[in-house]
Amino acid sequence: MSDHKVEVKNLDLYYNDFHALKNINFTAEAKTVSAFIGPSGCGKSSLLRMFNRMNDLIDGTRFTGEVFVDGQDIYEKNIDVDGLRKNVGMVFQKPNPFPKTIFENVAYGLRVNGVKDKHFIEKKVTEAIKQAALWDEVKDKLKKSAMELSGGQQQRLCIARALAVEPALILMDEPASALDPISTGKIEDLIFELKNQYSIIIVTHNLQQAGRISDFTAFFYMGELVEWNKTKTIFTNPTDIRTQNYITGRFG
Amino acid sequence: MKKLKRIFDKITHGVLFTSSMVTSVTVLLVIVFLFKEGIGLFNQTAVENHVVVVVNSANSVHELTSKQVKDIFNQDITNWKEVGGQDLEITTRSIDDLAGQFTEEELGTDMVNLPTLIDQYISDNPGVIAYFPDTYLKKDFRSKKIPLAKISVKEFISGVEWYPTSQPAAVYGAWPLILGTLWVSLGAILLALPIGLITALYMAEVAGQRLRNMLKPVVELLSGIPSVVYGFFGLVVLVPLIQRLFKLDVGETALAGSIILAIMSLPTIITIAEDAIRTTPRALKEASLALGASHWQTMTRVTIPYAKSGIIAAVILGIGRAVGETMAVLMVTGNASVIPHTFLEPVRTIPATIAAELGEAPFGGTHFKALFALGIILFIITFIFNMLVETVKTKKV
Amino acid sequence: MTRKQLSQSIAFNSFRLVSLAVVSILFVILGFILIKGIGVINWEFLTSMPKDGMTGGGIYPAIIGTLCLIAGSMIFAFPIGVLSAIYMNEYLKESFLKKLIRTMTNNLAGIPSIVFGLFGMALFVNTLKFGDSIIAGSLTLGLMVLPVIIRTTEEALKSVDDTLRIGSYALGASRLQTIRKVVLPVAFPNILTGLILSIGRVSGETAPILFTVAVYFLPKLPSGIFDQVMALPYHLYVLTTSGTNVVESRPMAYGTAFVLIMLVLILNLLANLIRRIASKKTKMN
Repeated sequence: MSDHKVEVKNLDLYYNDFHALKNINFTAEAKTVSAFIGPSGCGKSSLLRMFNRMNDLIDGTRFTGEVFVDGQDIYEKNIDVDGLRKNVGMVFQKPNPFPKTIFENVAYGLRVNGVKDKHFIEKKVTEAIKQAALWDEVKDKLKKSAMELSGGQQQRLCIARALAVEPALILMDEPASALDPISTGKIEDLIFELKNQYSIIIVTHNLQQAGRISDFTAFFYMGELVEWNKTKTIFTNPTDIRTQNYITGRFG
Repeated sequence: MKKLKRIFDKITHGVLFTSSMVTSVTVLLVIVFLFKEGIGLFNQTAVENHVVVVVNSANSVHELTSKQVKDIFNQDITNWKEVGGQDLEITTRSIDDLAGQFTEEELGTDMVNLPTLIDQYISDNPGVIAYFPDTYLKKDFRSKKIPLAKISVKEFISGVEWYPTSQPAAVYGAWPLILGTLWVSLGAILLALPIGLITALYMAEVAGQRLRNMLKPVVELLSGIPSVVYGFFGLVVLVPLIQRLFKLDVGETALAGSIILAIMSLPTIITIAEDAIRTTPRALKEASLALGASHWQTMTRVTIPYAKSGIIAAVILGIGRAVGETMAVLMVTGNASVIPHTFLEPVRTIPATIAAELGEAPFGGTHFKALFALGIILFIITFIFNMLVETVKTKKV
Repeated sequence: MTRKQLSQSIAFNSFRLVSLAVVSILFVILGFILIKGIGVINWEFLTSMPKDGMTGGGIYPAIIGTLCLIAGSMIFAFPIGVLSAIYMNEYLKESFLKKLIRTMTNNLAGIPSIVFGLFGMALFVNTLKFGDSIIAGSLTLGLMVLPVIIRTTEEALKSVDDTLRIGSYALGASRLQTIRKVVLPVAFPNILTGLILSIGRVSGETAPILFTVAVYFLPKLPSGIFDQVMALPYHLYVLTTSGTNVVESRPMAYGTAFVLIMLVLILNLLANLIRRIASKKTKMN
């Protein structure tokens, strides 16, 4: 186990001719929440998707540089990509539960990773849903379709789904952007709880949100990592003028 | 000016509306004309117009079905007791037999004496059954006309023999044709389904953009090849191959039909299934992958279940295409109207029967009508498939 | 390799094989007919009448007959199909009527070609007393491909970006003007592709023309729309199954199949070409 949960060295990313990330160097410490902020198209989501190799799925992606998770170069040739993705959970912008039951949604990750023991699966599913602060709302309808839940509940279900496989790192791509303020509050509380156990990297548009929940904040602009530091420092004493302009709302 | 414009708009609208109603009207017309020609079959006996079937007046049989008449004249039934009469040997006489029994002198010019001679002959022979045109029926005929039972819908559908040209009464049993159609289609779909779905999955999920761009035109070309060309290919390549491979007397078999039909329904299955598979949202697939599922697991557990209804639609449309296909099947299946038991014997389908026989069926006769009635059956089968597709497609996931 | 990856690699490799098999089916059929048929093709074969009980001569009247049927069916079906698609896509809102028309069009598309043959015979040949004629055959074929034209045109119209329409309306153009000047020009290449594909379909169909127009042997060209004609697909069928001398007319059959296949190949190529040019054009905009 390395101290550094995530480390990025000299990363350049291209989508066909588009230079999406420019010479990124970044480290996220264990059991902290790091927030990626910046205007749309700045590359923050692209970087997030590097950590579980989701960019592999997009045609025309090229990159140079190295990405380490837990001290392991995740783009090394013989790496088990499925294993990596199990180790790195992801929550997406829009809630995307499978059209299956609530129970099966959470059990999915265990099943595809070869867990057969029924009692173990049941135990894990219950734990994960409780951890995601959803238990009281769904405990009586685990066999119902996940599509019947509200948007906020669906998103917490997606978090439970990610937690069930016990990842070391959780990536969140604007997890609350499609939700109402009350649901957003619940998700934020949840993130606060989770950081005792997990490392979390969250992409967000919402500066207040970044300020509320993160320990570290990284500001991206036009594919560059302009500045990253303790959240407090970034919000009170940014060094770069572009960061300053962004957090004071002069553009974005 | 404004008024002129309004009139012009009205006309445009009218023309557009009329055009868009053409398909609906055509469907209705198809139904009307199929039924108009086909339903008349069930109002008739299977005997040609103006032909009478007669027996001796002492015969206790009062009615026969067309099948019984056919069996009697084929010598499959040889004693009256088999059809509910006395224990008496049956003698059959066609008009040619009847006329042939007498010399030209006896018949007289223009066979003026024939009615009397027939009347005499039948009165003299208690076991005889004969048929002849009703012009030769003597005015005070002493024997008994046998009315044939009208063709019933049940008999038409469940009858196991199809002898449309048998004399004096044709036998129209569509059951072997219905089974033949379904049998060949079943074989086709068993072959085409795995191949089609796998290719669709490969194109939609596995193959890269470049490979897909190469596969797409291949599928389009397969669907563009005319069915006679498939039939021709089947006849000159596949049929001899099957004959040699299975050491058969003839290679024209249900199997040949199924293989050709399978190839022909591949494009339908592939195109529609691929489209369906592509509708699975990227977000769902990414969610699955992000949980550590492999690409293959994601396909089997997320993509395919999501696209299920579209895939089912593809299968049904594939079967529909196979059921209605005419020319290729006509050319390679051997067209024997027997109930199929294996894939290695000739069969005959409904479309092939219509195509092969309509040209020879006299306009307006029972054979002609029977072929339209077959058309109704075919139409109903495909209509059911179409409706199934509509319901499957509109069903919510 | 984990078990998960192993099963994936087995699955994907067998998928590749199956897809390859589909490709090879096409190439076997095309290759067989093109190789066997190419030797028969010469100027005389394409431009002379069949002779010697169809064991010699050419297929000229069948080519002309098929061209007549293509022209006849398209003159009728293309405008109706396009107008119908315009009405469905540009005028009708989601409604019972629209659903009805769509269902009926799908049903029409699902009717087997032989049933079209029966229908064409009952309506055009017998009831309207056209007799076996180009017009009866063309109308039957036209009704059969109508759903294809409607569907492809609708797709073409749907692919036109709504902002173009709104932009046009915003400039004060009427609906008709918008359709004529904005929507149709953009959708045109794709509509054309639909036309070409339906020509392919019409030229290859046999069952609908069996009892409406096609004639077994007629060594002269049609002089009007009430004449019968020979047609390529029917000619191939006749040569293969019911000619006077099936063995000796086999080369003629290969030649006819060659011509049919070439026709399909050329039409498909043309359709793809237009599609490619069209997509390039929209990309540039």
